[in-house]
Amino acid sequence: MAVLVIADHDNASLKDNTNKTVTAALALSGDVDVLVAGQGAKGVADAAAKIAGVRKVLLAESDALGQGLAEAVTAAVLPLMGGYDAVLTPATSQGKNFSPRIAAKLDVSQISEIVEVVDANTFVRPIYAGNALETVQSSDPKKVITVRATAFKAAGEGGSAAVESVGAGDGAPKTKFVDQQLVKSARPELTAAKIVVSGGRAMGSAEEFQRVIEPLADKLGAAVGASRAAVDAGYAPNDYQVGQTGKVVAPELYVAIGISGAIQHLAGMKDSKVIVAINKDGDAPIFQVADFGLVADYKSAVPELMDALTAAGK
Amino acid sequence: MKVLVPVKRVIDYNVKARVKPDQSGVDLANVKMSMNPFCEIAVEEAVRQKEKGVATEVVAVSIGPAQAQETLRTALAMGADRAILIQTDQDPEPLAVAKLLKAIIAEESPDVVIMGKQAIDGDNNATGQMLAALLDWPQATFANAIELAAGSAKVAREVDGGIQTVEVALPAIITADLRLNEPRYASLPNIMKAKKKPLDTKEAATLGVDLAPRLKVVKVTEPPKRGGGIKVETAADLVTNLKTAGVL
Repeated sequence: MAVLVIADHDNASLKDNTNKTVTAALALSGDVDVLVAGQGAKGVADAAAKIAGVRKVLLAESDALGQGLAEAVTAAVLPLMGGYDAVLTPATSQGKNFSPRIAAKLDVSQISEIVEVVDANTFVRPIYAGNALETVQSSDPKKVITVRATAFKAAGEGGSAAVESVGAGDGAPKTKFVDQQLVKSARPELTAAKIVVSGGRAMGSAEEFQRVIEPLADKLGAAVGASRAAVDAGYAPNDYQVGQTGKVVAPELYVAIGISGAIQHLAGMKDSKVIVAINKDGDAPIFQVADFGLVADYKSAVPELMDALTAAGK
Repeated sequence: MKVLVPVKRVIDYNVKARVKPDQSGVDLANVKMSMNPFCEIAVEEAVRQKEKGVATEVVAVSIGPAQAQETLRTALAMGADRAILIQTDQDPEPLAVAKLLKAIIAEESPDVVIMGKQAIDGDNNATGQMLAALLDWPQATFANAIELAAGSAKVAREVDGGIQTVEVALPAIITADLRLNEPRYASLPNIMKAKKKPLDTKEAATLGVDLAPRLKVVKVTEPPKRGGGIKVETAADLVTNLKTAGVL
């Protein structure tokens, strides 16, 4: 069988989610190709060609693909599917947008956000905000799968696959891209960061969130996350949200500050290697998943933590 | 403009799901069930569009057992005009749900479908996109703001890293994200009024859709539990522990 991985990228650089999805794909088959659908994305295709284990890289380019429109990506992928038994996409907001569309066009079920490949037909995926793991066996002739990238190790470099241009399909005639406002940040990306510092409702305001969380994140070289409560209250932008319906992270170290630990938040971070919780309520559910808990008001605890990190040479 | 809003009856948002000891699924016996939170947001949006004079009729649709009537009554109490229950005791997968909704859309001819981006039980985040594909309609998923106009909708979408705005030609599928709005609580008079609004029931089997699952559930298990942690006394203790754990 042959497997197609749809690359995660921003037309300029290839994202690590792609390497992790290649690892999942290699568990299905040794014949793994990568599709880069974008515009001006030759550099991305060249980077994908270096991923160890990749057989071939396909490059499809058009304006609508560069804007990531779901109809356009679907139209580019469908003609290729004659040659593949499965298509795997990282479960980013982009992948979640187009992958079910491809599945429905192929008249197959989507297997969403897999965290484990048992065999070529059998997969494990979280349901109910991660409170249960479902093992499903697919009877569909072709598999359309989204991959929770944090559950797989990134495939390394060392490949030298050929890059081949393919047709871009017929675009997205019924959808017009208007604009995009992306937050520019010098910090690591939330889902790929080794350390994540998240703030919750206890921050009380956007100013306080920035004053407390951001310097600590910068000191640790960490990405910044937030609970849904903090995002809903406007203390942090929506793309900071960690949880069932936000981003799922699994860093080496997750620091939760002033977060009580609703099940929907835990769903997004409980696979982190080490979890630290700072909360003045010693009964907060976050302490049930924390490896190290500090029951204290963040207002005194965070400055003390900054000092202790400085003393430790950080 | 006619708006169709599919809604799903699911385990209540505040209830922690428990896996059955025989690993056949999640135990839903005697568990509080409610409207899926994202569906509530979709109903609220449709009702607001009607209050603004943009939408003229809001039709809520649910696929599920007889008890899903309660979910539809909630939608009616929030302000939907009428409701349709597609009754089945099976738990159809997103693809089958999309096919059932397509059959209803062929009868109802809505100008736009507004629905939740994801149900909090299966966590698939797939039905809206699949429905758009089956109808060959454009899709605007994860909506943060919606401006409906004659023939088109401008939708700001929550994407990784920020907001993307697209304009889709109508008819279209729009899926609601968390921050599209804050759903209202239905008032008592509106709950009473909702009891008199029309609610039609159709058997799913009459719609000519193959509901057979494509995915066989082999087992449902509990996720691995995290080992017990410790409480530390000071920030300095914390740093010492983190160094020992090798994460600093």
